[in-house]
Amino acid sequence: MTAVDDRPAISPEIGKDRRRKEDQRLITGRTRWTDNIALPGMLHLAMVRSPHAHAKILSIDIEAADKSLNIYEVFTGEHLAETQGVIANAWPITPDQVTPTHLPMATERVAFAGEIVAVVVARSAAEARDAAELVDVEYELLPAVLDLKEAAEDTVLAHPDLGTNKTAFWQLDSAGQGTGRPIDEVIAEARADGIVIEREYRQQRLIPAFMEPRSVVVDPTGEQITMWSATQIPHITRFLLAATTGVPESKIRVIAPDVGGGFGGKLQTTPEEWITWAVARKIGKPCKYTETRSESLISAHHGRDPWQKLTLAATKEGRVTGLKVDLLADLGAYVGVVGGGVPVLGAWMFNAIYKWDAYQFNCTPVLTNKTWVDAYRGAGRPEATYAVERLMDELAAEVGKDPLEVREMNWIKHEEFPFTTVAGMTYDSGNYEAATARAKEMFGYDALRAEQKQRRESGDRVQLGIGISTFTEMCGLAPSRVLGSLNYGAGGWEHATIRMLPTGKVEVITGASAHGQGHETAFSQIVADRLGVPFEDVEILHGDTQVSHKGLDTYGSRSLVVGGEALVLAADKVIEKAKPLAAHLLEANVDDLEFSNGRYSVAGTDQGMGIGEVALATFAAHNYPEGMEPGIDAEATYDPVNFSFPHGTHLCAAEVDTETGQVKLRKYVCVDDIGNIVNPLIVAGQVHGGLVQGIAQALWEEAVYDDSGTLVSGSFVDYLLPTAADTISFEIDHTTSPSTSNTLGTKGVGEAGTIASTPAVVNAIVDAIRQFGINDIQMPCTPERVWTALQGAGSGAATVEDAMPHFEAEEGQQ
Amino acid sequence: MIPAPFEYVAPTSVEEALQALSEHGDDAKVMAGGQSLLPVLRMRLNAPEWVIDLGRIDSMRGIRDDGDAIVIGATTTHHDVLNDALVKEHALLITKAATEVADAQIRHRGTFGGALAHADPAGDLGAPALALGAEFVIVGPGGTRTVAADDFFVDLFETAIGEDELLTEVRIPKHTGWGAHYEKFVRVAHQWPIVAVAATVKADGGTISEARVGLTNMGSTPLRAGGVEEALAGAAASEDGVREAAEKAVDGTNPPSDLNGSAEYRKHLAKVLTRRAVAAAAGG
Repeated sequence: MTAVDDRPAISPEIGKDRRRKEDQRLITGRTRWTDNIALPGMLHLAMVRSPHAHAKILSIDIEAADKSLNIYEVFTGEHLAETQGVIANAWPITPDQVTPTHLPMATERVAFAGEIVAVVVARSAAEARDAAELVDVEYELLPAVLDLKEAAEDTVLAHPDLGTNKTAFWQLDSAGQGTGRPIDEVIAEARADGIVIEREYRQQRLIPAFMEPRSVVVDPTGEQITMWSATQIPHITRFLLAATTGVPESKIRVIAPDVGGGFGGKLQTTPEEWITWAVARKIGKPCKYTETRSESLISAHHGRDPWQKLTLAATKEGRVTGLKVDLLADLGAYVGVVGGGVPVLGAWMFNAIYKWDAYQFNCTPVLTNKTWVDAYRGAGRPEATYAVERLMDELAAEVGKDPLEVREMNWIKHEEFPFTTVAGMTYDSGNYEAATARAKEMFGYDALRAEQKQRRESGDRVQLGIGISTFTEMCGLAPSRVLGSLNYGAGGWEHATIRMLPTGKVEVITGASAHGQGHETAFSQIVADRLGVPFEDVEILHGDTQVSHKGLDTYGSRSLVVGGEALVLAADKVIEKAKPLAAHLLEANVDDLEFSNGRYSVAGTDQGMGIGEVALATFAAHNYPEGMEPGIDAEATYDPVNFSFPHGTHLCAAEVDTETGQVKLRKYVCVDDIGNIVNPLIVAGQVHGGLVQGIAQALWEEAVYDDSGTLVSGSFVDYLLPTAADTISFEIDHTTSPSTSNTLGTKGVGEAGTIASTPAVVNAIVDAIRQFGINDIQMPCTPERVWTALQGAGSGAATVEDAMPHFEAEEGQQ
Repeated sequence: MIPAPFEYVAPTSVEEALQALSEHGDDAKVMAGGQSLLPVLRMRLNAPEWVIDLGRIDSMRGIRDDGDAIVIGATTTHHDVLNDALVKEHALLITKAATEVADAQIRHRGTFGGALAHADPAGDLGAPALALGAEFVIVGPGGTRTVAADDFFVDLFETAIGEDELLTEVRIPKHTGWGAHYEKFVRVAHQWPIVAVAATVKADGGTISEARVGLTNMGSTPLRAGGVEEALAGAAASEDGVREAAEKAVDGTNPPSDLNGSAEYRKHLAKVLTRRAVAAAAGG
């Protein structure tokens, strides 16, 4: 107990560019990636997958595989029977949603190429893989439905027993819910005396392509069955294992050790996890399965893939009066854990930052015989943002105004917040004017417009385009009551525990489950400030359901805005719990104690003690007040009162080579308003990565199937992921409109870059070549599509379904 | 990504390698740097019983001056080729193309001869080798023979190398003082070219006196654009000057259609890229 506080003043952690404390082990790989885990007596699994998109399984001959060297056992779906459980959809978007039963391993029929029909268990991964090739499956081919629009016509069925491919019809109607006028009325008015813009946009199918392939280890030898999995959602996985395999939840421990990226692609409970679970339980030995990249590309869930039919109504001056959205969304062969909820998440975002009179969103998620589709970074919101930001550019072209001017005419003014939108969401804060002004200044908007004009006039073979995206999004999933009203199978709260260790160190347990985000660093900063302890003294624990018993994991830009608030609540509880003990030890009245910078001090005196000292005194428990429990640890559950609504202005300049159709990024500026920032360096990383992922949708990535349902872009030779060599240096900045619905004033940032950048890039391309009568290029905007459009042949047809044959060499040597 | 099991042998001399080839023949694959073979094995697109690794044969590696030609050992890595002063001085086109092969990591493993022997029509080195009139030194049980570039590439992934033979070195006739440019058209940097054009040009006072042009991925083998070469003689060393000649780039081509571009689009690209490549090579 020091009488005088002579410590140096503590500079606040929040706002500091802390280097990430987890990076040493993550980058060097000297850590517990799931595939690094080896247990005594562990066996290895290899999956046998269907090469056919739709087929009946006539027979499976496992004899040759079973007799191979060091093969322990081979199982088919028949062998595993009901012990394998079922893969669940947690968000049936309507009460009568048509949901095909999704067995981890098919028993009678396969519904996409890549579905598992048998599993080989061997002493080594190599032997399992070799024997898997010896499993002989006889199939009877069934007609496969691959095209989304054809699927919606129900002529060929992805699952014949269901009688339809359409899983549901979901509608948001502003007139119906009392947040706007009837859409048809508004469109009729615009047809009579205004502007109607009708477009159909395609969001191509994408593959999340996380860095670490999925991997799972199951150890059935303890009292609890333990599953390690490269997952974003250990808590949800534990719950669904209990719910679908009959093992009591208390006997299940799920651990997401260090996980190498997810982007929504690991927001899933997978057949591979469930099969490994079933096999390990059946044989009573630890089992491991790690997928190959090829397996990952064909069987881990894909993203996006809707057709969007859009009708925008506006006045002649360019004030938007309404939008009607008709969405067909490809779910692939099965409805995943969020499934049809992904396109529905876009329902509140088509109106973006704008004030409209009427709005209607109609969504039909459809089944096809392709890989299942579920959440991918942004999930529903990038699609909506793309559509509306493309349409605002089209409207500007129609009325002959600068696209920024048209946006400003329509957006919510900063003095109008909080603002309830035509979709019924209440945006708490924002300042679109400020973000746009800053972005324009950084971009050199007027100079680039002048250069564009000059290039047009001189007929330069390289034309310049400027693309705009003034996006917003709803994130921080989510108020539990809202999720309940949408029939979602869980809440949206988050949990935190703070343990005050006797040595003054602090253990923080979060229910969020980091997989590359930097939670250990950012959460340490929050707790260090709140408790007034050094950043280095805070340890963040996560991802193990036995340590973090309660949580809802990481997705939807929720970890900071929901999980971070739980930390604040828990820290405040610690401070309150420790106060009586501090008062007791300081021989002061509780009401006279003040807490700041990690110290309790007696008002008006120089008496005080640090919270670490209180923790040690609690541990010793030699001297504490009558009636007080000798413990100052605390836990808290935070349920958000609202979503968070980050926004930003993104400006992209792109050069289009009119001879080849090649697009080159020239400049990219974004000014994101994500409220208060905990760690600017982590934010910059999130923004840069997000931008590249969104730009990649605009320019490069596409999952292409051939007409037999085989994924042609089945390796990174043909599924084009960009590298640093393909991007430019981004210029980023921020304006700050703190969130009013949480104490830290933060808004989510994990998905922002991805949501905003795709339309900025496509708008830039279209802007460069609109002078030639072009108003759309289908994504990805390949050089060939751009060139074809320049030849006057439309916005681009489907991609040719053939891969380059680099690896089919039989003749080549060396 | 685990390959099927195979036996592995790493001879230390060409004779030993030929011996291994004759023993295992059809069941063997020859590996130089593994740039193409390893992905094939790991994706289980091929499962040879034997892999014969040439990586320990020192005599197959290195670059030397041989009078009117420079000689590049078959297992010399792309990295060593692109940083070699002799190559830069006498066969600048090879330097330019080798710089564009895959990425830095692959350039440290992949080899010059391996890539040519693999004969991927989208490979970056076939067109420059053709354009420069390279000679391929092939060793087999019957001794050593030399095959001209025009006869080396037979078809998709097929060359004049017999099943019991090895490519040991490539002789590149010196083109000292010639300008060169490799114009590679890709969507992302690490991709195989959709189309590429290799051009090397002798220019005199703003006029092209001689030109050699090769095309990548415009047919089942790398192609020589003979019509372009002829038409370039005497052309002005500028984009406009070579425009007409470049139109002949599509003569005799048969490009593929795949998810990176249709045949028609590739034909268009060949003309544009030829014009740009030649003009750049000529310094115009």
